This record gives sequence, structure tokens and C-alpha cells, in this order.
Amino acid sequence: MTWLRLAVANLGLSPLTSAVNVLLMALGTASIVLLLLAGSQLSETMSRDARGIDLVLGATGSPVQLVLSAVYHADVPPGNVRLEEALRWADDPRVRTAIPLSLGDSYRGYRIVGTTADYAELYEAGLATGRFWDGTLEAVAGSAVAQSAGLGVGSSFAGAHGLEEGGHSHESDPYRIVGVLEPTGTVVDRLILTSLTSVWDLHAEETSHAHTAGSDHADDHDHDHDSNEAHKHDENHDHEAVAGQDQPDPDREITAMLIRYSSPMAAMTLSREVNSAGVLQAAAPAMEVSRILQLIGIGLDGLSAFSWVLILTAALSVFAALYGSLRARRGDLAILRCLGATRWELLVALLLEGLLLSVLGVTLGFLAGHGAMELLGAWLENTRGVAMTGWTWVPAQTLLLFGLFGVGAVAAAIPAVQAYRTDVARTLAEG
Amino acid sequence: MTDPATLAVDVAGLEFSYGDNTVVSMERCQLARGRSLAVIGASGCGKTTFLHLLAGLIRPAAGAIRVLGQDLTELSGTPLDRFRGRNIGLVFQRLHLLPALSVLENVLLAQRLAGGRIDAARVAALLEQLDLDGLEQHKPSMLSQGQAQRVAIARALVHGPELIMADEPTSALDDGHAEQALALLKTSAETVGAALLVVTHDQRVCGCLDGEFEMRVPA
Repeated sequence: MTWLRLAVANLGLSPLTSAVNVLLMALGTASIVLLLLAGSQLSETMSRDARGIDLVLGATGSPVQLVLSAVYHADVPPGNVRLEEALRWADDPRVRTAIPLSLGDSYRGYRIVGTTADYAELYEAGLATGRFWDGTLEAVAGSAVAQSAGLGVGSSFAGAHGLEEGGHSHESDPYRIVGVLEPTGTVVDRLILTSLTSVWDLHAEETSHAHTAGSDHADDHDHDHDSNEAHKHDENHDHEAVAGQDQPDPDREITAMLIRYSSPMAAMTLSREVNSAGVLQAAAPAMEVSRILQLIGIGLDGLSAFSWVLILTAALSVFAALYGSLRARRGDLAILRCLGATRWELLVALLLEGLLLSVLGVTLGFLAGHGAMELLGAWLENTRGVAMTGWTWVPAQTLLLFGLFGVGAVAAAIPAVQAYRTDVARTLAEG
Repeated sequence: MTDPATLAVDVAGLEFSYGDNTVVSMERCQLARGRSLAVIGASGCGKTTFLHLLAGLIRPAAGAIRVLGQDLTELSGTPLDRFRGRNIGLVFQRLHLLPALSVLENVLLAQRLAGGRIDAARVAALLEQLDLDGLEQHKPSMLSQGQAQRVAIARALVHGPELIMADEPTSALDDGHAEQALALLKTSAETVGAALLVVTHDQRVCGCLDGEFEMRVPA
């Protein structure tokens, strides 16, 4: 206790230097903590969103783009594919479930996804209120969408063409919200789900309006049929049932189909077969996610290296401060020896000063890092719908915590050894 | 021959040198417990070195040093540090009060380092005796020279050492303050029953103490 009190008092002698050292340490620590938290939650979020999706079928192009667009709804899709082509693979015995997705419209930046109720089930998203869609232009809003766009059961909105905000809107055919999903912490929170036929009809009509030439595409589907299709998927929670099996018109296009294998063995062959057939592209989210994370990881590593430079700077600064003060304090150290302190106690006294600085800095840094993550998480949740929080603890942090505590002690090591070796008689004789 | 048990300091055949340069060469020097002694001599005669030898801060090349019955040459490392802390009180010309600590903390630290328990009542009594009451929470930088010196004396006395040694305690002081400081050291030592050894080139010191020992530059 004596030495701790002395260390605190000595640091208090030069408050500015001590504060700068603590601040440097805190800055480095905070950025490392922030990177750790963001990195781990990012990969967690990404794998949560891809859970239950073994393979994505879609248009040929970049597999990363296909996965980003169809699983994370974070990119534009490479294109559309004919439903008929997708269904051929959906019928394959190696496929347990196949969920079709049809993208193209959005509302206030939130994507409208034409799909089946299986899609909500994939993310275990139950209804908070209302029901699933029954007829055309009925939609179910994800929890984040409902909250930020102010949509509730009964409200209606016009979808805008395109996946970004500001597209031409389908004012004449507004969607009507019939249900709101419970929050799941997944991508589905920021989607608006509707039936495939709603999306098809909307665009078929648009096409016919645009061309003014009599296109009978819009009439291909009568409303009875639409609701029929939706009904089947709501009621038959039969996982063998493949979405679109009872689709009447296989000329329809979808954007992607999310596949779940019936056995792990399928992974060996199915994706290769799809890709070699050439019409469609198959991308495995697990593989693409790790590729994306690897790319992000390079960026994170760079930032992390920068943070360690900050830590190193802090350590050097602690070293310089202690070493610099040593000359002025040689007399004090000599007197401590005269009062009965041992060499080891002087060593400990100096180490304690370094340790105190780093404990203060690291504690401050952890608080700041978690706080910043929480702020960043709140912002991301509002703007991007990515759920991240600062109130979590990554196992690597524990290691980091103790490692960083030691940084101060290491920085203090040389001054501490100097203190240990103080030549008491000579110091006193020199005055 | 005096009984060794009654001696605070007993030095025989002492030799100390830096390289080839002999700094201290002393046949015999003794100080009885409870008495006071002025060790005088011109600058460069090795007075300070002698005091450091007695405090166990440096080791002699030859000879015996017994302090309070303990042969210092038998001790080293931590036991020597502990012996010094427990039994010897040192006052230097440069006071070296720890600037980060208050007056009270400076004195308490000495008590703690001497291995004793914190005895707040004793510290309070000592500070009052040295006319330092009311200054407990002051930092050394806020004290006058005289006050600071009294704090240094309090620090040297607080753990009740049996030998108090002072190195040039008066050299920076004018006549009035030198006398006062010396009287304070002497009465303080007498109060706690400690032997007092003062190393100085200041002739003013001699008359005040029980005895006098003159050191010469070794031939």
C-alpha cells in the first residue's frame, strides 16, 4: 500500500505528463477494442444471416455479388434467372428446401422481397402482429422497417423501382401491410416481404404500361391463383415442398433461389453441377462469407497495426517520462534506501508507476472502445439495420486486457532497473 | 577497554579507498550509546564517506564496523537495508523530503519503512515537539528551510532509532539557525535516548556536543 500511494503521488507530481500518457494508452486501447468488437460481431452477423442457406442459385457473374445481393441484400443482384431453370434444381433430391427470391423494388431504401413464407421461417421470424400475405400486393414488414418507416398493419405504401432510394415509384399499385415481423437481429428485420406474384404482377403491368403494346403478361396470373400459391406455402410447412412447384408459369423470372441441402454430401456435387451446366450460378454463402471477411480482415489488420503503433507510442512515452524523472528523483530514491527500503522495493515502486499509467489508460480505453462500439452500433442499426452492440465481451479481450496492463510495466522496466541500481552513497555524496 | 555492548559505534582499523586513492584510514573511533559526537575535519578528509560506511551504504576495504553491537560487514542486501531502516536515523545536508508526499506522509513513510507499525499518536507528538503541528498536510515545497529541516529530523527520529547520524546539518544555516538545528538534534536524540553522530566541517558544532573526533586526510 505504501508503494502504491507513493506511485500515485509521484504521478500526481507531473499531472500533464501522466494525463498524456494515460490518454495515449487509452486511444490505442480503445481502437483495438473497437476493432475487435466490430470484427467479431460482423462475422457473427454475417454467419447468422447466412444460417440455413447452403447454396444460392442466381444469374451468372460474381459469386460474391450473388451472395451479397441474395443473402445480405447489400448489393445489386447480377441479374435474374428463369424460374423454370431454378426449379429444375429445386426438384433435385439433394435439395431439402428451396426458397425463391424476387428483387427489384424498394421502399425508402428497404428492399421489397417477393418470396414465400418459408423465407421468414428461415430466420425464425414470427409475426409480431397481423398475418402473412394472402393476396397480391399484401406485404409483411420486418421489424426495423416497420419501426423506422412507421409501417403498421393496415398502412400502405408505394414501392419504388430499383433497390436504392429515389427510384420511380409504382404509385398506382400500393402495397398494403398485413403483418409485422418480430425482431430477429438478422437481415430480415430490414426487408419487406411479399408474394412472388405481387412482384411479378407489378412489373408485368409496368412492362405493359411502358410498351403500351398489348402484353398479356399481366393477365397471366389471375388473383385466385396468386392467393392459392401463397396459401400452399403458408399452410404446408412441408420442407419437402419446393417453392414454386405449383407455380403455373415457369417463364417467370426470379432473382435467386436459396437452397438447403438434404444431406452434407450434396455440398460435394450440387454446386459443381449447377455451375458446369452454365445457365445458372451457384454460390455457397459460407465460402463467399469467408472470402469477404478475409478482405475485410486485411483492412481490419491494417487498422489494428495502426492501433498497436499508438500503444507502442504510449509505451515509449511512459518510458521517457519515467526515465526522465529518474535523474531528478535519484536523491529521493537514495533517501528511501536510507530509510530502510530495499533495492527490490525501489524496483517495484517504479514498475508500479508504469503499471498504474497503463491500468488507467487501458481501463479508460476499454470504456471508450465499448462506448464507441455502442454508438457505432446504434448508428448502424438506424441506418443500415446491422445490429451491433458495445455491451459485449469478446474472449480475445481478456488476453488483450492483461497484455496491455503489462505494457506499462515493460515500459517502466529500464527505469525500474536503474532505480534498483541506485548508488546510494555516491548519489548522496554528490548532493 | 569499553564494554562493546555499551557502544553505539565501534570502529577499528578502518580502511576505504576509491581505486588506489585511500579515502578513509582510521585506527579507532567509538561512540557510547546515548552520547553525542562531532566528527570534524577539513573538506576532503573523508567525513561523508565515513558516515556512509557507518550507515552500511558502502563497504570498507578493511577493518571492523560495529553499529549497536552489529558487525555491519556481516550484513548485506535486504537484511542490511532493514537494519539501517530500523536502527539508524539519517539527516543529510540536502534534505530530500519526497516532494510528492505531504509532511505527515513523509514521516509516516519512514515509520513504515523502518518495519514498525504506523503509530499515529507518536507521529503527532513528534510533529508537535518539533513545532510542526498544523503543517501535516503541507507539501515540502510549501515549507521554509527551517521547517523542512525539522521535518527531516522528524523523519529520522520517528521510528525510535538508537543511532542518529547527521551530515553537515548546519552548513547552509546562519549562526542562529545552526545553533537551533543542532540543539534540536541533540535534545531530540536525548529524548529518545539515541546516540548522535554529527559529521561537519563547521567549528560551531563542536562546543555543543559531548565529544569531538578529528579526521585527517590519509597520508
